[in-house]
Amino acid sequence: VINKLCANAAEAVADIFDGALLLIGGFGAAGSPVELIHALIDQGAKGLTIVGNNTGSGHVGLASLIKHGRVARMICSFPRTANSTGFQDKYANGEIELELVPQGTLAERICAGGAGIAAFYTPAGAGTSLAHGKEVRRFDDRECVLEHGLTADFALIKCLRCDRYGNLIYNKTARNFAPIMATAARTTIVQTQSYVSAGEFDPEVIVTPGLYVDRIVTIPEPLQESTLVAAGAVYP
Amino acid sequence: VSDRKLNGIGWSREAIARNIANDLPDGAVVNLGIGMPEKVVECIPEGREVLFHTENGLLGMGPSFGRHDPELINAGKNPVTAVPGAAYFHHADSFAMVRGGHIDICVLGAMQVSQTGDLANWSMGEQDAAPAVGGAMDLVAGVRTIFVAMTHCSRAGEHKLLRACTLPLTGRGVVSRIYTDLATIVVGQHGFEVLKLAPGVCRTYLQERTGAELIFSHEHQEGARRG
Repeated sequence: VINKLCANAAEAVADIFDGALLLIGGFGAAGSPVELIHALIDQGAKGLTIVGNNTGSGHVGLASLIKHGRVARMICSFPRTANSTGFQDKYANGEIELELVPQGTLAERICAGGAGIAAFYTPAGAGTSLAHGKEVRRFDDRECVLEHGLTADFALIKCLRCDRYGNLIYNKTARNFAPIMATAARTTIVQTQSYVSAGEFDPEVIVTPGLYVDRIVTIPEPLQESTLVAAGAVYP
Repeated sequence: VSDRKLNGIGWSREAIARNIANDLPDGAVVNLGIGMPEKVVECIPEGREVLFHTENGLLGMGPSFGRHDPELINAGKNPVTAVPGAAYFHHADSFAMVRGGHIDICVLGAMQVSQTGDLANWSMGEQDAAPAVGGAMDLVAGVRTIFVAMTHCSRAGEHKLLRACTLPLTGRGVVSRIYTDLATIVVGQHGFEVLKLAPGVCRTYLQERTGAELIFSHEHQEGARRG
């Protein structure tokens, strides 16, 4: 019998090890798996490499994970938010490494990793300083940069609805990186607002097929990162 | 900025957004970047259908109308709505639309633009401050027509429209048009061609605030004071 359900977020993230590479979903606060990240903070793993679009906001979620010194390296496209200096402070002090990647390249690298594609050529970033040290090749008189696929040890993502097989449906622009991240991690952990039995979803509307999902945690009323930040919340 | 406000010179941020919106053709698919471009979604003239794309996975973005759904936001992380007929998709799909040439026009902010259309909008070149590129490099690589919305000069009064950019580039020869608080400018074969001067702005005033030679032969006559 297929059973991916975990009792709680702590159980779901228990085996994340020091130095692990994690994909964390979200674009700004939308789609950020706050409960899973907080469980990871409690769990204590350090020396992590995090792949995500941003570096969190306020004093909760990813921003807090960074502030508490658990992250050694960020692979992201936009490490800047109006209400958080967590990453910027660490970066200025040389306490965190940054691999800056154009957003579309970041998405395609995750997509490629999940699909077993080792690398690809993209025109994005060609001729800029972000292409330094990378292989460049011309196709149809267009300069393109070789970018490598990204795979990870774990993915932490959030969805709206999930069935017993791990088929996922998302909410609006909270979808963002989650469907591709689910494909590119050895262990994909999802927090879902509702959990239903297999067969409840119309197969035509499933966004992430269940084989990509390894662990499911039900969080019926998830914290919204933007609400927490607006309220000045601090975790832990 | 303050002395200009006192003198009533130039366009407001809303007026810049309106200038851009007026130039978007009916039926266009338009990506909006962070900052000033976000306002364009509120300014589409009545009767014109423009489909807005936002990099974070929505085609058919509409103004927020004061609503705030934390899971329905734009590239600048500000609340928006989805128009009837809108579609959500994941990030790789969103950037396939961008790089694959499926978006007609993109409106971006800028730190500097050169007279040959080079764009610098991601790094101040500082050692200890982390740069942030977002989707800008993918957008300029994949979208044929790039409009820029920006203030004509920096807060300190430095030129931002230049012969050549001094900051790290986002893309080379990519900008088609520049919409500033002082003028609307086309990046043409021979450099910056002024299309429209803002209220109260004369040619001399604009040239003094521009780091490259301006071409005035394409200028519209309406509302412009000569100088």
